[in-house]
Amino acid sequence: MPAGALQIKAISGHPGSVPGRGVQREEDVCKYIDVTTCIGCKACEVACVEWNDMPFQQTSFDNTYQTMPSTAWNYWNLIKFHEHQRSDGTLMWLMRKDQCMHCEDPGCLRACPADGAIVQYTNGIVDFQQENCIGCQYCVSGCPFDIPKFNSETKKVYKCTLCSDRVGQGLEPACIKACPTGCLRFGTKADMRALADTRVQQLREHSGFANAGVYDPPSVGGTHVIYVLHDATQPELYGGLPARPEIAVTYTLWKRAAKPIGLLLALLAAPVAFFHYITEGPKEPE
Amino acid sequence: MRTVVKEGELLRHPVHTRVLHWGVAIFFIPALLSGFAIYSPWAYRAITPLFGGGAMTRLLHPWFSLGFVLFFALQFLNWLRLMTWTENDRRWLRRIRVYVTNAVDHEPEYVDFFNGGQKLYFWAIVGSAVLFLLSGVPMWFPHTFGRITVDIGYVLHDIAALVMLGGFIVHIYESTAAIRGTFQSMTRGTVERRWARAHHPAWYRRVTGGDPRA
Repeated sequence: MPAGALQIKAISGHPGSVPGRGVQREEDVCKYIDVTTCIGCKACEVACVEWNDMPFQQTSFDNTYQTMPSTAWNYWNLIKFHEHQRSDGTLMWLMRKDQCMHCEDPGCLRACPADGAIVQYTNGIVDFQQENCIGCQYCVSGCPFDIPKFNSETKKVYKCTLCSDRVGQGLEPACIKACPTGCLRFGTKADMRALADTRVQQLREHSGFANAGVYDPPSVGGTHVIYVLHDATQPELYGGLPARPEIAVTYTLWKRAAKPIGLLLALLAAPVAFFHYITEGPKEPE
Repeated sequence: MRTVVKEGELLRHPVHTRVLHWGVAIFFIPALLSGFAIYSPWAYRAITPLFGGGAMTRLLHPWFSLGFVLFFALQFLNWLRLMTWTENDRRWLRRIRVYVTNAVDHEPEYVDFFNGGQKLYFWAIVGSAVLFLLSGVPMWFPHTFGRITVDIGYVLHDIAALVMLGGFIVHIYESTAAIRGTFQSMTRGTVERRWARAHHPAWYRRVTGGDPRA
């Protein structure tokens, strides 16, 4: 996606530094999702499909209100429904808008080997650049939220862009614009975090949700999509939100440290062979 | 389909062995190159254009690898008997210092068709080829095998690649510059008698009946 004036701060599979990094200061952006006031109307789903101009697709009925079982390469935004019976016997109908979390430390970007296939903008948006994608799907296994989806026809991976094309032009994401209840908000990370904290306070003090909290997992450096949950101690209830999302050590310690050291050691065989020839010479029995 | 053995030469590698060897090489080299293009961001921009860009590199890599595995499986069967590890190979490895420093030009009299180092390289390739295949298939079809097999496979694939890269460099050096007269054994299929006498005395005795130390 061309993203207007957005500055890049991280590039996947890119040797050396990021050109132009730090030239302009930008505010971190954030999408605020209050699951306690979501009514499951799916206006955000429709807005997403329409703005990104994606074809509607067939779905399967799985006895819930969900549009489809999970997000898809051409369906980046899905309300996940879950009926939860609490210990006192009362029922809670949980609905959570599932989409890319735009991690501050993105596992997809860490895993990606293709130069420039995934970029992170200075404002925190993580965006796939399909023209550079090689279809290896490492990002799929690098993402702790199971967000990137592969299209086997184009052999590219797709996901929510946080409407980088709109944000770059000073607009809010399409899903935010469509939300009728105000459970979706968009702004700076600091503002959205403050709003979330206020809402959590309200839920705890006035609505009897003692475990209410903000979902902004520090294990991935925080996210640029945050949730207000009635019960932040059990995020899994909300359509499998991981309590402690983590990037596999494969794409952290192994990729960052072991791989370059291993490659240097293996390539050391070449100068060793060369200088063996220079110092010991070939074997030439008489 | 024949090997011309000239005066003073011995047949070392028959036609089918040579065809298999170069079949392995023809697939191995692009598999290695395309793999290392994806392995390191420092190699990516330099190597991917050779294969028609990043996406094409990714598309072709498993097919090169499959070709390599198939040819090598046949070579494995072809060489299994000759490559069987013996007590003599342990003895050879214990004196590898003498071999590497060229302190003695001749190999010890017990060295047969392959020496311990050649066998070590062969078994390293067998091991890493198995590792490659087991880890590579889930990475080829990640949706079928699930993310955990990809996370683990990624690491195993890298380890196998590094073993092969290091071994391959030594293999090329030993068979060309380091030991004169070796390369023609894989092209024309023959070696000079004095080469056989010096580097594979036990094999020399078996095929000629002559004394390698004479």
